[in-house]
Amino acid sequence: MSAPQQNRDAGKDALRRGAALDVGHMPTFAFGTRSPMWWGTMGLVAIESTVFALTVMTYFYLRSHASVWPMSRFPPDLLWGTANTAILLASMWPNQMAKKAAERLDLAGVRLWMVVCMLFSLAFLAVRAFEFGALNTRWDSDAYGSVVWMLLGLHTTHLVTDAWDSLVLTVLMFTGPLEGKRYVDVSENAGYWYFVVLSWLPIYAVIYWGARF
Amino acid sequence: MTVSDPRHAQYADPADSAGAAALERTWRDPPGIVGWFSAINHKTISKRFMVTTMVFFLLGGVLALLIRLQLAQPNADIIGPDMYNQVFTMHGSTMMFLFAVPVMQAVATYLVPLMIGARSLAFPRLNAYAYWIFTMGGIMLYAAFLLNAGPDAGWFAYVPLSGPQYSPGKRVDFWAQMITFTELSGLMEAIVLITTILKLRAPGMSLNRMPLYVWAMLVTSFMVLFAMPAVMLASTALITDRLVGTHFYNPAEGGDALLWQHLFWFFGHPEVYLIFIPPLGFISAIVATFARRPVVGYPAMILALVTTAFLAFGLWVHHMFATNLPELGKTFFTAASLVIAVPSAVQIFCWIATLGSGRINFKTPLLFVLAFFFILVMGGLTGLMLASVSLDTQLHDSFFVVAHLHYVLLGGAVFPLFGAFYYWFPKFTGRLLDERLGRWNFWLFFIGFNVAFFPMHVLGLWGMPRRVYTYPAEMGWGDLNLVASLGAATIAVSVLLFLFNVARTLRHGAMAGPDPWGAGTLEWSVASPPPAGNFEVIPVVHGRYPLWQPQAEPTHVTGMSNEWREVLVTTVADAEPDHRMWLPMPSIWPFLSALATTVLFVGSIFTPWAIVWGSVPVGIAATWWFWPKRSVVQERVRTEVPP
Amino acid sequence: MTDPASNMQDALRAAGAQAAHIGDLWNGTLALCTFVFVAIVVATIVAVWCAPRADAATRPDTSSLSGPEHRIWRRIGWATAAAIAGLLVLLAGDVFTSRALARLPLRDAVDIELVGHQWWWEARYRDADVSREFTTANELTIPVGRPVIVTLRASDVIHSLWVPSLSGKKDLIPGRTATLRLRADRAGTYRGQCAEFCGLEHALMALLVHAVPPADFEAWAANQRQPAREPVDAAARRGREVFLATSCTMCHTITGTTAQARLGPDLTHLASRQTIAAGMFPNNRGHLAGWIGDPQALKPGVNMPANTLPPDDLQALLAYLETLR
Repeated sequence: MSAPQQNRDAGKDALRRGAALDVGHMPTFAFGTRSPMWWGTMGLVAIESTVFALTVMTYFYLRSHASVWPMSRFPPDLLWGTANTAILLASMWPNQMAKKAAERLDLAGVRLWMVVCMLFSLAFLAVRAFEFGALNTRWDSDAYGSVVWMLLGLHTTHLVTDAWDSLVLTVLMFTGPLEGKRYVDVSENAGYWYFVVLSWLPIYAVIYWGARF
Repeated sequence: MTVSDPRHAQYADPADSAGAAALERTWRDPPGIVGWFSAINHKTISKRFMVTTMVFFLLGGVLALLIRLQLAQPNADIIGPDMYNQVFTMHGSTMMFLFAVPVMQAVATYLVPLMIGARSLAFPRLNAYAYWIFTMGGIMLYAAFLLNAGPDAGWFAYVPLSGPQYSPGKRVDFWAQMITFTELSGLMEAIVLITTILKLRAPGMSLNRMPLYVWAMLVTSFMVLFAMPAVMLASTALITDRLVGTHFYNPAEGGDALLWQHLFWFFGHPEVYLIFIPPLGFISAIVATFARRPVVGYPAMILALVTTAFLAFGLWVHHMFATNLPELGKTFFTAASLVIAVPSAVQIFCWIATLGSGRINFKTPLLFVLAFFFILVMGGLTGLMLASVSLDTQLHDSFFVVAHLHYVLLGGAVFPLFGAFYYWFPKFTGRLLDERLGRWNFWLFFIGFNVAFFPMHVLGLWGMPRRVYTYPAEMGWGDLNLVASLGAATIAVSVLLFLFNVARTLRHGAMAGPDPWGAGTLEWSVASPPPAGNFEVIPVVHGRYPLWQPQAEPTHVTGMSNEWREVLVTTVADAEPDHRMWLPMPSIWPFLSALATTVLFVGSIFTPWAIVWGSVPVGIAATWWFWPKRSVVQERVRTEVPP
Repeated sequence: MTDPASNMQDALRAAGAQAAHIGDLWNGTLALCTFVFVAIVVATIVAVWCAPRADAATRPDTSSLSGPEHRIWRRIGWATAAAIAGLLVLLAGDVFTSRALARLPLRDAVDIELVGHQWWWEARYRDADVSREFTTANELTIPVGRPVIVTLRASDVIHSLWVPSLSGKKDLIPGRTATLRLRADRAGTYRGQCAEFCGLEHALMALLVHAVPPADFEAWAANQRQPAREPVDAAARRGREVFLATSCTMCHTITGTTAQARLGPDLTHLASRQTIAAGMFPNNRGHLAGWIGDPQALKPGVNMPANTLPPDDLQALLAYLETLR
């Protein structure tokens, strides 16, 4: 008798004796750390946090070699950057509402709060455009200008991609097709949104205040 | 317990042949040309990935032969300086970015699901995308090289040489963008592997029952997350310096040449461990099987892997000992570079103890692994020499370093990799590579390697710097260079022999069966090659070497669908069943997204605006990739169970 | 009196204090590492040799899964302790050597500023009295037994000064200033090479260091301080006119003439050097003629353009250059 045949017979035997682990009743989606999507999102967060951290370190490294900082002598204007920080922080509230609604499987709630989030993203993207102009330096003036533009540019890339994938998800929540998994996506998207906002805080401090001390 | 022991869990449901057939239909690749580009089965992608990385290995090897041809004699003019500088840059870049790291991820994406009792990787479409983006990046680099626009500033491209002023044209830009491609691929693969390993293990495979190879890949993948961003940032800053006039590395405007070195080596040192740690996993797997016993000291082995990973991030300045950094700081890195030898030493002692207390089945995979104990150990010891700042000031940037790096990379990674190929080839293809050819392959490689690289230690001590396209006859370096070149030719012959062995075996090799080596881990419990869904029934695991240990109950999982790509998600530490998940179906969108990304990346070599207009197709492709299909969703909703 | 070239660039033949200290560390480290290597290889061979043979069907021994293997773990523990001890010895050796290198006495040092260019070395001998400073290129002369402080700068890309017989290497990094301290303890000529890949002709960027008795050094330096000799014979005078009339003056300095450009090596005392093109070719008429006529043929990519001169002018120029001792 061949090995595979022996195996099959043993398997049937085990099944007859009930020596199998039946998972047929188990959920087909789950939230938080139970979800592989959470781990994937955290992986992205780890990567991007590292990029931000290294860019911040680059800022201070270049500063330690400079006799004058900023080299152009003009630190960024505070208005737009601080305003955007407020908008971003405020956006955490509809974000949290969307997350909670998703975890309750509340479709109407998810739709409402995701739309509110999108309005916030319109606002912070618009203000971000003004921030670049208020940096008072160009990316090609000197190393200070380069690193400040890099910091703001990297974070902006995250704002743009986060806005886009939130938009896609929002539209999907209206058009369907919908299933339980989508609520997990909304929850994870909210987690990523938190990262984009919270990672802004040290970057804001470095860009806007790093040149003032 | 023998090979044909029924505890090799190929249990089937009572509706067994119908179930197996349904499973095969569900998990196999779609047919046709569009199907070929849409395939996302992890084994399919992995085989393509392994073949692609081995193609790059061969290309890199040909470049090495060109180098050795030119250096075989003093004042040779087989290749002029411009071509030579491109050749050695392409050789290093190919081997480091297009072969050594990706091949380890490629092999892992095949083996990990099988070793942990899963039907698939997590995020199979992302895995496919990672493969495509890697391949396209490699093709871009070689296209540039063939158009005489190959990078020529060395595989680590120090500024200001690689900056806009001293490397005009697009050569270095192609190199820098190749980095973006390959690191994006590597980062995505790391996310896939971490999530797979932590969430998709078969029930009962708690973390302390996970094979050491899977631990190695988990540790490596975490390292990737923190190491690769450094080189992506560095190369992005280099591209902006070259393309739009930023001044990160321009000392005249406040930039710093050493900023590049810090950022690059902060990645670069962990990178060699990304190359070294997966083979440590290969060795544990092979030693256990061919010594007929579990590896000694499982907890110590894991601790060694984790310690090595952490320490690897604290060594990078040892690549910068010849710069004007403060001496006291350098001494810290000497100490760290010495300390990292300790966990590796522990692993080596554990393996020797395993071999010594086991019973040896002397087959080709073990031969290649034994080479590690000679070659890597020598490389590691020359590494300790280089760790001393004082010694390094003589040895740095000489052929001594060339010898060292090849001893650790080939001894630590390539030889174990060949061992892994001989070991797992029967699982991938169903056929056993020929033993006799394997031994010839091994001995030619081993002897050729030592003949090629040992003399380089001496050449370095005799004052020969690296990256020189020629040298004067009166320096007396000619004889040893000729010997080294002969050794390189021998390596080439051994690699040809390997290819011949593979080709011949694929045609008429001996059939392997599920478990030709009598091994203990789960991948050997399924057919060779495995069915499309890996396991006809998901096993329940009760020990570290499930095929060697008595089976306990429950033996396997029921209640999973054979009609849809359903996997079982378990808890992180103890692998208790948590929920079921449907993985996505094959799709052309990963491939198309990779194409769109390629257009964006290649375009941005020429103009920064490519980032803007290039994002549009990428955004569209990514959205289509994600957008669910109504028919599939309706079916899922029908059988949905909320948490 | 010079060693054969194969001995001039040899880290194992230390001719100076720094290289000697490193050489001692090398010997000790080599001994220890060889011992460890042999021990591990022998242990591996013995383990594999002495263990009984098996095949795929041999029952695996899973007893280690049910209980700890104390005896084996103890042995591994001792081996690890030995490894740590060995590493501490290496660390100690490194620390002591670093200290010795840092303690090179610097009294009465010769002060040289070296600037790295693609693909040649500019050397300015400094002095407290600025009028005693002078510039040369590609070949240094230093006194035996006196320390030399070399200040390292780079004008374009990263280079690295490496004269293995005398000292370890140090990088020349644009935007930064580094220092290398060395001392020759034996007379002779020592060869160095740029050791950081610096572009097309990195392979052909050598440097010669002539270590001579202190009195000879003073004589040499005094000569170097002089402006260029006045040419005596007609051919040489004509040669100077040729030099000053051609594009040579766009890059080269000859002190005492109107040629004061600093883009290429200082030629004031060209004839006092043994080699040209950064230590690559002998400094004789034939090579000099070839170099002036078409430097790209000898060192492709070098920044010096070709100079097609009528043969008479070339010969006169060569005659002039030969007088620049």
